[in-house]
Amino acid sequence: MKQSQFENRHLAEWQQFSQLLKHLEQGRAKGTAYGDFPQRYRRLCQHLAMARERGYSSLLIDQLQQEVLRGHQQFYRHRSRVSAQILGFILGGFPRLVREQWRFVLAASLLFFGSLIGIGVLVYLFPELIYSLIPAAQVSEMQSMYDPAAGHLGRVADRAASEDWMMFGYYVMHNIGIAFQTFAGGVLYGLGSVFFLIYNGLVIGAIAGHLTQIGSGQHFWSFVIGHGAFELSAIALAGAAGLQLGWALIAPGRLTRGEALRIAAGKSIQLIAGVILFLTIAAFIEAYWSSLTRITASTKYAVGAALWLLVAAYLLLAGRTPHAPE
Amino acid sequence: MLETPALPRTATLRPLDTRHPFETPEGIDLPLRPAGLPVRALAFALDLALRGLILGVLLAGLAFLGNVGLGLGSLLLFLVSWWYMVLFEVLNQGRSPGKQWMGLRVVHDDGTPIGWAASLIRNLLRAVDMLPFGYALGAISCLQHPTFKRLGDLAAGTLVVYRERAPTRPQLPPALPLTPPFPLTLNEQRAVLGFAERQGQLSSERVAELAALLAQPLHVAESDSVARLNGIARGLLGTT
Repeated sequence: MKQSQFENRHLAEWQQFSQLLKHLEQGRAKGTAYGDFPQRYRRLCQHLAMARERGYSSLLIDQLQQEVLRGHQQFYRHRSRVSAQILGFILGGFPRLVREQWRFVLAASLLFFGSLIGIGVLVYLFPELIYSLIPAAQVSEMQSMYDPAAGHLGRVADRAASEDWMMFGYYVMHNIGIAFQTFAGGVLYGLGSVFFLIYNGLVIGAIAGHLTQIGSGQHFWSFVIGHGAFELSAIALAGAAGLQLGWALIAPGRLTRGEALRIAAGKSIQLIAGVILFLTIAAFIEAYWSSLTRITASTKYAVGAALWLLVAAYLLLAGRTPHAPE
Repeated sequence: MLETPALPRTATLRPLDTRHPFETPEGIDLPLRPAGLPVRALAFALDLALRGLILGVLLAGLAFLGNVGLGLGSLLLFLVSWWYMVLFEVLNQGRSPGKQWMGLRVVHDDGTPIGWAASLIRNLLRAVDMLPFGYALGAISCLQHPTFKRLGDLAAGTLVVYRERAPTRPQLPPALPLTPPFPLTLNEQRAVLGFAERQGQLSSERVAELAALLAQPLHVAESDSVARLNGIARGLLGTT
């Protein structure tokens, strides 16, 4: 068949298909309007194959190729029920993933909490050590923030609701930013994640040790214990996700490094989704609960301990039954 | 239909261009055209400027709201700095505004539209591509990779490609349809058709020069070769 006959015979069909694609791309096609899309799409693929095999002009082939490409993108796109997926992820998927990746989670936790506790104890025993870690100006700023004499907690004094809002926004931005950095650093053979885990552990631990040592401990610990449950574990998990990326590059197994990285990234990004969730909760607690001054320190310790247990129970136990309500 | 000898598979030369073919489940090879560093840098610069503008306008507005405004402002800063690209790429068919202006889009390696996971990976890993300054790592990775991937693209399995534009089909120059004097291979057929279709874009001297190359195998005078090739192209295309 000559090219022009071929074109004349199928032109109307192609135009219809192109119209249908336009509707789909703009999201206007509804219900049964595109029920025969797969047949039409496969027919177009067949036309393209014929056009190529018969040596028709490259402009015709280009045109058909573009239509097939547009059809391909509409046909093979992922349309899933997002809300059900999110619910299933929170109820069971995320803790399961954390348990599945326990090696990385353990390594990241050891790096982060190890450096945190280690430097905390060291600074408590040798108070001058903090000045070799943190600039003096920042130390005195921290001191005044948690000064028992000043009678306020956290960054601001007894705050109005509007200020809670301000701090919520600040915490979300700041903490998730840190978590993302910790994750992204993993692509440098894990070194970035290791660095950020240790660095953050050192800074937090040093401040905690220093404040305890100078006698602001009560203020500091009652402030941080509540949201710390979510915030610190989230940073460790972000580090675990980053280490997973790094490990895929260091030991790709039987895959190429690129392929291994791609597979690891797909898994670790789910961990990051959980981290975002954790940090949002943490920011919420930090802005609306931790900063309350009417509540006694012992209540805060109790609630904080309960939150730590909750996080541990969630990560260890949730989603274990196969018929979890997902 | 002309009998054409099958093209020997080993003889096909890899064309010297950036096309990245991928095979669909229908057994069709589709080419994607990955975008290189300069155009992507331009798109990013446009996005950066737009983000600056959005933040400037909104933060100026929020400054009147006091502390609530500050809180909203920092949420906004977070959204714009980490989620701007992700939201646009997933919800706007792989195109942030900058990419849209430069005619680019992001797709998975298999040509399907980009989803949440891949977009989040490639945009979170920007933090590494930016190291140690001014996207140096990303630029190096992009320049040495055959399909111009930065580290984020490598991890996410994504490609930044040129958006396809509908080609305009020119009319063939008028000529009397002729049968070729000897059987043509597929590539030869396509070359003759391409010569006729693209004549409008070439100077007449160049057209004559190109056609003269074939004067001898066609057994015509050099001055007649253009008309002869156009005739053969007409003959291949068939009557309309």
